[in-house]
Amino acid sequence: MSALPPYASTGQRAWYYGFRVLCGLIFFFLIAPIIVIIPLSFNAQDFFTFTPGMLALDPDAYSTRHYQDFLTNPDWQQPLWNSVRIAPVATILSVALGTLAAVGLSQSHVPFRGAIMAILISPMIVPLIISAAGMYFFYSRVGLQGTYWGVVMAHAALGIPFVIITVTATLVGFDRSLTRASASLGADPVTTFFRVQMPLILPGVISGALFAFITSFDEVVVVLFVGSAGQKTLPWQMFIGLREQISPTILAVATILVAISIALLTVVELLRRRSERLRGMSPG
Amino acid sequence: MSDTSATGPDAVSGPTPDTALRAADGPMLAADGTPLKRSLNRALRAQKMRALLLIAPLLIFILVTFVAPIADMLFRSVENQIVSETLPRTVVALEEEWDDHTVPPNETVYAAMAYDLVEAAERRQHTRLGSRLNYETTGISSLFRRSGRGIDDVGESYAESFIALDPAWEEPATWTALMASETWREEAAVAEANGDDLPRFETAEGIEAFLPETASAYAGFANTIIEEDGDSPEAEEPWNPVYLALYRDLTANPERIDEYRGPESDLLRAAAEAAQGFESVPVIDQFEEIDDGWLDPEVWGTIAAFSGRYTAGYYLAAADLQLTPEGVERQPPDQRIYLLLFKRTLIMSLTITGMCILLGYPVAFLLANLPLRTSNLLMILVLLPFWTSLLVRTSAWKVLLQQEGVINDILVWIGVVADGDRLQLINNQLGTIIAMTHILLPFMILPLYSVMKTVPPSYVRAARSLGATDWTAFWRVYFPQSVPGIGAGSILVFILAIGYYITPELVGGRTGTFISNRIAYHISDSLNWGLGAALGAILLGAVLVLYWTYDRIVGIDNVKLG
Repeated sequence: MSALPPYASTGQRAWYYGFRVLCGLIFFFLIAPIIVIIPLSFNAQDFFTFTPGMLALDPDAYSTRHYQDFLTNPDWQQPLWNSVRIAPVATILSVALGTLAAVGLSQSHVPFRGAIMAILISPMIVPLIISAAGMYFFYSRVGLQGTYWGVVMAHAALGIPFVIITVTATLVGFDRSLTRASASLGADPVTTFFRVQMPLILPGVISGALFAFITSFDEVVVVLFVGSAGQKTLPWQMFIGLREQISPTILAVATILVAISIALLTVVELLRRRSERLRGMSPG
Repeated sequence: MSDTSATGPDAVSGPTPDTALRAADGPMLAADGTPLKRSLNRALRAQKMRALLLIAPLLIFILVTFVAPIADMLFRSVENQIVSETLPRTVVALEEEWDDHTVPPNETVYAAMAYDLVEAAERRQHTRLGSRLNYETTGISSLFRRSGRGIDDVGESYAESFIALDPAWEEPATWTALMASETWREEAAVAEANGDDLPRFETAEGIEAFLPETASAYAGFANTIIEEDGDSPEAEEPWNPVYLALYRDLTANPERIDEYRGPESDLLRAAAEAAQGFESVPVIDQFEEIDDGWLDPEVWGTIAAFSGRYTAGYYLAAADLQLTPEGVERQPPDQRIYLLLFKRTLIMSLTITGMCILLGYPVAFLLANLPLRTSNLLMILVLLPFWTSLLVRTSAWKVLLQQEGVINDILVWIGVVADGDRLQLINNQLGTIIAMTHILLPFMILPLYSVMKTVPPSYVRAARSLGATDWTAFWRVYFPQSVPGIGAGSILVFILAIGYYITPELVGGRTGTFISNRIAYHISDSLNWGLGAALGAILLGAVLVLYWTYDRIVGIDNVKLG
């Protein structure tokens, strides 16, 4: 596959290039919808398609008015502020509890490990609409429905499986003799954890945290049910915008979110390489 | 080296491992003298405890914030306490008195309904109950709403007759003297003096033997007055249905009243004698006057069928069945929507999974066989959509697929379609399938890629060197080894697809929605929570079975992210 041998027949050549064109089209299908919204978000008009002026690359056909709308309109600023208030707190909650539990789970003797793991992973398996429905019923019983902490706890629960998975995966490659060495040199378990274990599993913890953060920051189903108007987040506002009065500001917000995801993707990729390097595996 | 005796191994005074070994006959001992087995067990137990203590906070957190809500949902899908709590007397009466389900029940049941309904109406619960029963039989909601206003007229003629006989029957004090227990009256007096809430009403001992229905109806009245209005029954004239109860008790068994020795016995005996002469108005006629829907045996059948504290009714409804007095039946054809919706969810999820295999396989194959540097670069094209917000991708498709959107514009520009009849690409099944295939494709490519990475290229080379054609080498050697990847990716995509809500909601229109959209509708719009919970429970069951399969094939520990 890597290169076409010089003796390849015409059929093989046709297949070789045909296959690459096919894959190119699929890659195009994957990436084009995300790319296409970027120029559209600079549309000077309220249309969702390329105006003749834009196709002619007329500078007047482009503007940043949708971005200005996003930055000044309280309909968007309040949800942005809510998202910024909810996602980091939910992330801290899932990372703190998740890392602790992952360390516990990676010990050699854990009773009911399989069952515990299944319960901890379950928020990732259960369809969001079911989680949302159950949380709506239960949180209204206990008075958490429509509160800030209700949304934070729900989002933390959804983020925990990602923290568990990434941190346990990092702990698999962790050399236990390091903690024993630390203990034999007189460090108590807390010091050992923070000075020896934590720096080594940090890449896993951070990428788990990023997953938890993006889960909360991007989450809309659960917050629709568990939250009230006071906890309206950015995705919620986008959802309403898409369902009711679709405004081009959504594309500006979408472009900003794409930029954020590119940044996150870069961080996760760098962390992955660092972690592989630390474990002595060659980075890709 | 001069003073070895102080630090040498033989100079240690306490027990050493050696000591244990030297105790040749007994069990092997640890350094501190305990048997080694016990010592090791203790160490193991401590280790287990430590691990559990580390896990405990998260486990408790997940149990409270996630598992309890799911359990609550499952409970709500069978829970049906509203009927037996709102109409307790009617439920019992129907059970005992109503045999022939083709005719309306007898007077006793109607009287019980009068006591229940007036109490429910005063507590403003009759409309909630009406909405609940309306899920089963249409029209009950309005019947209950109308009856809530008229129910206080039932028994009015008896009230007038009793009061005409002796004005004492109008006095709240007469009633409390007759009905309330000694202790309750004392406690109520104390509470009244202190300005506290009144205690829960208690009927006088023995009065139930003489006036069973009246005691029950009056207790209902008294507690409603106390709990809802914060007033004292000692200051309120009873509702008219309480007089109906009194009339029914006195006429049913007038001789027994002679044995009554409690307070107000003379008044009661006089009333018992006079009640025989009152003009009798059948309760059933009084109900008919409120609403002739009460003569419909189907209404009573529905109440009887749903009188249990738990019901399978929501699950039956989710399977387009209904519980009738005659047993389980299919819904009328125009109301059979859930099987259709389940079938559609299933077929569309399978289509999406199939599309993902078709599109994902070539890409994964290419990525797995390219040099690492190139494939890592191309991998970004897969990972970027994976990391991009779901709403961003959905809004992109909404913009692209619109009739005035980019794709239709391009098609018109090329000349494939005329400007007049642009393609309907969104708000139908096609829109959902396109958008969801795009959204779920990375979940297919990533597991496929990781499996294909493990297929040694030498196998295909060996097949080729043995004379296989390119196709045979691929189909007979490479493809079978990549099947686990297809399995893992398919189950993952399918699990995600059948539970999807946001994308079908936004691009699915009316025909492209899934069962999850119906669940959301029942929870936030129709407020039929029980049915929403039952649909959710069925969906959850399906997902768990698939997940279990996934765990058996792939193993949950092998889930990799990014």
